[in-house]
Amino acid sequence: MARRNLGQGPTSDGSRRVLGLLVLAALTVITLDARTGDDSPLNPVRSAVGSVVGPVENATATVTRPISDLADYFTTNKSLRDDVATLSADNARLRNEVSTEPLDRKRLAELDSLTRTASETGYSLVAARVIALGPVQSFSRTVTIDAGTSAGLTKNMTVLNNDGLVGRVVQVTRSTATVLLIVDTESVVGGRLGTNSEIGFLRGRGTIGGAGRLDLELVDNAVAPSRDDVVVTWGSDNGVPYVAGIPIGKVESVVSSPRQSSRVAVIAPFVDFTALDVVGVVVPKGTQGDRTVITQGGSR
Amino acid sequence: MTAFRDAALVLVVGLAVVAQSVIFRFVAVDGVVPNLALIVVVAAAISRGSQFAAVLGFATGLLLDLAPPADHVAGRWALALVVVGYLAGRVRQDARTSPVMAVGLVAAMSFVGTSVFALTGVVLDDGVLPVDLTIKVLLISVLWDVALAPFLVPGLVWLVDRLGSYGRTTGSLASTYRMP
Repeated sequence: MARRNLGQGPTSDGSRRVLGLLVLAALTVITLDARTGDDSPLNPVRSAVGSVVGPVENATATVTRPISDLADYFTTNKSLRDDVATLSADNARLRNEVSTEPLDRKRLAELDSLTRTASETGYSLVAARVIALGPVQSFSRTVTIDAGTSAGLTKNMTVLNNDGLVGRVVQVTRSTATVLLIVDTESVVGGRLGTNSEIGFLRGRGTIGGAGRLDLELVDNAVAPSRDDVVVTWGSDNGVPYVAGIPIGKVESVVSSPRQSSRVAVIAPFVDFTALDVVGVVVPKGTQGDRTVITQGGSR
Repeated sequence: MTAFRDAALVLVVGLAVVAQSVIFRFVAVDGVVPNLALIVVVAAAISRGSQFAAVLGFATGLLLDLAPPADHVAGRWALALVVVGYLAGRVRQDARTSPVMAVGLVAAMSFVGTSVFALTGVVLDDGVLPVDLTIKVLLISVLWDVALAPFLVPGLVWLVDRLGSYGRTTGSLASTYRMP
């Protein structure tokens, strides 16, 4: 192969000899340096070379500083972008926190008064949040809450919030429950007038807005409910479906027509059904679940 | 005149060594910089043959081994660049006739040089990286050298030709390269 090289044929052997010598030299240097370690004979040479090359490198670094700044500009561009992304994420999170703060405050107040309700009424409550509102298209006024059988909920439990009666549980899954609101047309609640303990039945009108009203039909036709009289639940055996003594609303007006045999009182509910958030489900005492049960003595 | 040419060569080599550790650290990919010293040695091999390149490789490698940023056992780069210079000189005819071959030669030599350096490190147990990392460093360094070779090799070959074209037998070959 060496013979093929033009003009190198005669020097090929010499070239090989030089190579051998150089490799030997390199190996010698390596051995010298590797074997002797810290007191290597090459250290003086190293420091001598360093004292020559070092300043040159220093000067080069000084001269090329603008290049380094330029490089810094490019390399930090990415980290700056990262910073911007992180900061805007932080910003969004904080802004979100600030904007939801009134909501959290309100929620806390609701929970607080729910605890008070529990201690006033003596019922055990499971706190839950309304997570969905049934569509109007299905012609029933229901909401979904985020507590289910795992929290000890079953069908026909009373649902209330700090204002008054909300409805009752009609469907339960493991983690959610459907609550039929008392303003639904299907809902019938036994009610009692606060002043004279007269009983009657409340039916919803199916609207939940500001005009959401209930009709109270008293059992005794002779009784005339007075304005602003408070209606509370009548209650039943074992508190199914409604426990007793939960405020529902107050009498807004009394409608009586000659053709009708009974008087109908229009009740304005205490609960604002369009702004339902934290609700309490009345559960039997000693209910075990994955959720805190608020009782008279506190929460457990 | 000979003294001037030698000084110029030392300057070129020194410049390469300093540049690759000072200037190119700004563009280092995972800490790997182009091996300018190796490119100089390959250019010298293309211009002047294996004997000259081996000697230059030894000197350049020793400078790399001893210049400040180095903290490895001295002589490792010297050995690697001797091998590179010699091998590059053996195939220089092909590299002379085509720029593509020259770039290929730089790539091959970059691979050989870095490998020899890594292998000596393994033998001496001096600054050994895990195998996958070593291969990564090897690949990046080859890519770096290939990227810079088209810009640097022609100029360096021309420069070494100039510095060695006075009364040397190998110089005639250099002139035939420039005027085929």
